[in-house]
Amino acid sequence: MSTGLTYHTYDTDHMTPAEIYGHVLAELAEERKEIVGLTADLAKSTKIGKFGSKFPHRFFNVGIAEQNLFGMAAGLALAGFIPFVSTFAVFASLRAGEQVRTDICYMNLNCKIIATHSGISFGQAGSTHHCTEDLAVMRSFPNMTVIAPADGYETANAVIACVDHPGPVYIRIGRGFEQTVYTGPDYGFQIGKAVTMHEGSDITVMAIGPCVLHAVEAAKRLKEQGISVRVLNMHTIKPIDKEAVLAAVNDTRRIITVEPHNIYGGLGSAVAETIVEAGKACRLKRLGLQDEFAIVGYTDDLYSYYKLDDNGIMEAVAEMLEVEVEEDEDWEDEI
Amino acid sequence: MPLTEQDIALLKEKAWLARRNTIQTLMWAGGGHAGGALSQIDILVALYYHYLKIDPKNPKWEDRDRVVLSKGHGGIGYAPILADVGYFDKELLKEFNHTGSPFGMHLDMLKVPGVDASTGSLGHGLSIAAGMALGARLKKKTWRVYCILGDGECHEGAVWEAAMSAAHYKLDNLTAFVDRNKHCIDGPTETVMALEPLKDKWISFGWHALVIDGHDFAQIGSAIDEALETKGRPTVIIAQTIKGKGVDFMEDDPAWHYGGIDSDKMELALKSIDRMYGKA
Ligand SMILES: Cc1ncc(C[n+]2csc(CCOP(=O)(O)OP(=O)(O)O)c2C)c(N)n1
Repeated sequence: MSTGLTYHTYDTDHMTPAEIYGHVLAELAEERKEIVGLTADLAKSTKIGKFGSKFPHRFFNVGIAEQNLFGMAAGLALAGFIPFVSTFAVFASLRAGEQVRTDICYMNLNCKIIATHSGISFGQAGSTHHCTEDLAVMRSFPNMTVIAPADGYETANAVIACVDHPGPVYIRIGRGFEQTVYTGPDYGFQIGKAVTMHEGSDITVMAIGPCVLHAVEAAKRLKEQGISVRVLNMHTIKPIDKEAVLAAVNDTRRIITVEPHNIYGGLGSAVAETIVEAGKACRLKRLGLQDEFAIVGYTDDLYSYYKLDDNGIMEAVAEMLEVEVEEDEDWEDEI
Repeated sequence: MPLTEQDIALLKEKAWLARRNTIQTLMWAGGGHAGGALSQIDILVALYYHYLKIDPKNPKWEDRDRVVLSKGHGGIGYAPILADVGYFDKELLKEFNHTGSPFGMHLDMLKVPGVDASTGSLGHGLSIAAGMALGARLKKKTWRVYCILGDGECHEGAVWEAAMSAAHYKLDNLTAFVDRNKHCIDGPTETVMALEPLKDKWISFGWHALVIDGHDFAQIGSAIDEALETKGRPTVIIAQTIKGKGVDFMEDDPAWHYGGIDSDKMELALKSIDRMYGKA
């Protein structure tokens, strides 16, 4: 579709994925009059406020009331609009979980949820604001499509794609600045289709969100050491790209999944289910939160503490391949 | 018993200290919910330095009064008070928000002594407090429960479910404060989602409701005294406050809901606080 997006929209050097989302939505809404926006006192924090200031009459801030937020979005969808709803991931998936399931998914409404501050991206806020359960929750709702973009470019792509993707869509993004893994938006993003970021034959690392960049960096370093790693960006967790998963099983026999999420119910689970149901077997390791509430800390530190960064991934690869690898020593853990 | 002039002088001294310590902690933390931490402080100071039956050396003492900071993002203004009354070493505040620290923006009761419930997701605290108050009654205990709510937090439906329950169960051992600083994040509460008439809402939910100046210890004291004497229903004290109270460049400015300061800004903030208390 023609979106008329300007270069400014993709200023990933100066904008967080959330800011890019705000801009993209504001631009999309010019053509698509059926788009409305809703938030619960997080217009500024989630950046849906960029849409709100451009289209104040199509924007509803319901106050700090997330259950009401998703209920009203359902009503607007029933009235023929395409609601974009933004709050923190923890409130979208847990506080308003039943409204999302029963009012939006059960009626299969055309409602798009763009949830920010997901995973451990709000590291210092503690467990009340971390969200390492949303993929599990959202994935278990029939009709829901679940996407975790790798960076700002992919956030833009996912937001654009979801407008014409029928039914409810959940897009989880982070809080702050994230280095991009892509250099531009044109790499063929398609909902439900994994993207090969690095070719390899010894092992496959499947990642989502900021872990995609960490996986690519790890693969580059491992290549220098003679280890051939395939990296897949599994941006769509539901429906999972079964073909890509089974090809990885076939070609590399070893898989590591990496996600800022509990190892239960998210990407790792989706991949495991796909493999087992196809009657296949392979070595599998799930990196993520090992069924625990995360500690408090700087987000970068938490990625290293939970072994979701370059070194953590390299370590997991080495362990699975039973080889020694040289880690990146520039990075000093603060812990 | 009304607060004496001596009591009030002590509370003012403690409030001055609490505001200073909050600002210092804000700098160490690299950022935090400054505005709401400063607006709630006089309520917490009155409770912790005059009214609460607590034993900081024995934080889990069964008969203690309970406090639920339902607006959990106020943790950065709460922890310094807990430290000062003796729950833990003040030095620990230097690690606030740092990786691996027990202190995050929203205090975790499993890590921070003196915290009676982990909060931070708005709208949960009053239900928890009502459960604690019900528990006291079941155990025939005289402990009291205090819950501090944000005004924006009162947008949450769950607050009103809890309010209904507390009145239904006639929880006169429960006192709620609403820190009525008139702002949430995206603007004034009355613009984002109007709360008024707020006192009438609480009354219609079966509560004894008072509106006071939340920075005036004489008023805070007599409101708590009135709550202690009110039988057969819970009391809510709507404390009219100023977001960022004490720091001139933060006062009533929604941009300071959440923010960070460097050491220069910290000096300015501390000076402003000192001026307010006639210490400069
Ligand atoms: C359920 C929930 N939704 C959203 C938030 C994000 N949030 C943190 S503070 C805040 C505004 C709170 O306003 P108010 O209760 O008035 O607190 P104060 O002004 O005293 O800081 C919001 C929306 C949250 N912590 N919990």
